[in-house]
Amino acid sequence: MAARVGVVTFPGSLDDHDAAAAVVAVGGEAVALWHEDDDLRGVDAVVLPGGFSYGDYLRCGAVAHLAPVMRAVARHAADGGTVLGICNGFQVLCEARLLPGALLRNERLRFVSRPVGLVVGRTDTPATAGYAEGARIVLPVKHGEGRYVADDATLDRLEAEDRIVLRYAPGENPNGSLRDVAGVCSEGRNVVGLMPHPEHAVDPVLAGGTDGRPLLAGVAGTLGTPAAAGTLSRSR
Amino acid sequence: MPRVAIDVLLKRELLDPQGRATERALPDLGFDGVRDVRIGKHLELEVDAEGEDLAARVEAMCAGFLTNPVVEAYRWRVIAEDERADAAA
Repeated sequence: MAARVGVVTFPGSLDDHDAAAAVVAVGGEAVALWHEDDDLRGVDAVVLPGGFSYGDYLRCGAVAHLAPVMRAVARHAADGGTVLGICNGFQVLCEARLLPGALLRNERLRFVSRPVGLVVGRTDTPATAGYAEGARIVLPVKHGEGRYVADDATLDRLEAEDRIVLRYAPGENPNGSLRDVAGVCSEGRNVVGLMPHPEHAVDPVLAGGTDGRPLLAGVAGTLGTPAAAGTLSRSR
Repeated sequence: MPRVAIDVLLKRELLDPQGRATERALPDLGFDGVRDVRIGKHLELEVDAEGEDLAARVEAMCAGFLTNPVVEAYRWRVIAEDERADAAA
């Protein structure tokens, strides 16, 4: 059954509309959420979109993780609810400690904006359920601070627990991320963060391909169902 | 009110590409013999507290918001007016 997917808008979010449109494109229902909301309006899944929340002041995601809506997101995550953080949303989830590690300035100090090859890890997360394990996909990245770091013990643990659910393909690492990490999941596997943008790869008419569709369909609960038009509600 | 200075650096084991780029630029500008450049942040703030209460509040702010302990290390101290980074020369 199609899930109701909340898309949070922080001041400075840029990709909230694209994320909502992508949810609709894969047959889901997108619900607009606001950073000052105290609850999630009964949604089944939450997307934290890309952008520069609160201007990325102090550190990327540092101010956003203290927004009222993040307390509701943390409760949702603790209850096993699906949470997807894309780019700035991934940074917010790391700042909120809902995911391990942190994202720092790209190794070569350049903003990167281009498609990158990726390899899908385990498929027992909402974000990866629509792919075959080991599948090679292409999604766009666009970030200046996407270098994933964590201490060796954390990285070893993530590998041992198969929680690196997306890696840059060999030779494709655009930012110096340790162990080619492009996306990780929580211990309960219901919270997933990734730097590439699946929501920019859902429409065959546009450049960028459609490799992002299975990821969003997994989050929206529409895998394996015909691509009917979803709905977009703007209730705020 | 005590003025607190907080210095923040990336943890030593983490690559600091800004520091590295700066270090590589220095010899070209004639500044030889410089190594291990690390670039961080310097924060100054006034806190309405004293003694152990001040320490507890500064530590809590640093751990919960002003720094990210996953990747950053910090030191803080109470400074006098003439120790401000923007003090008149």
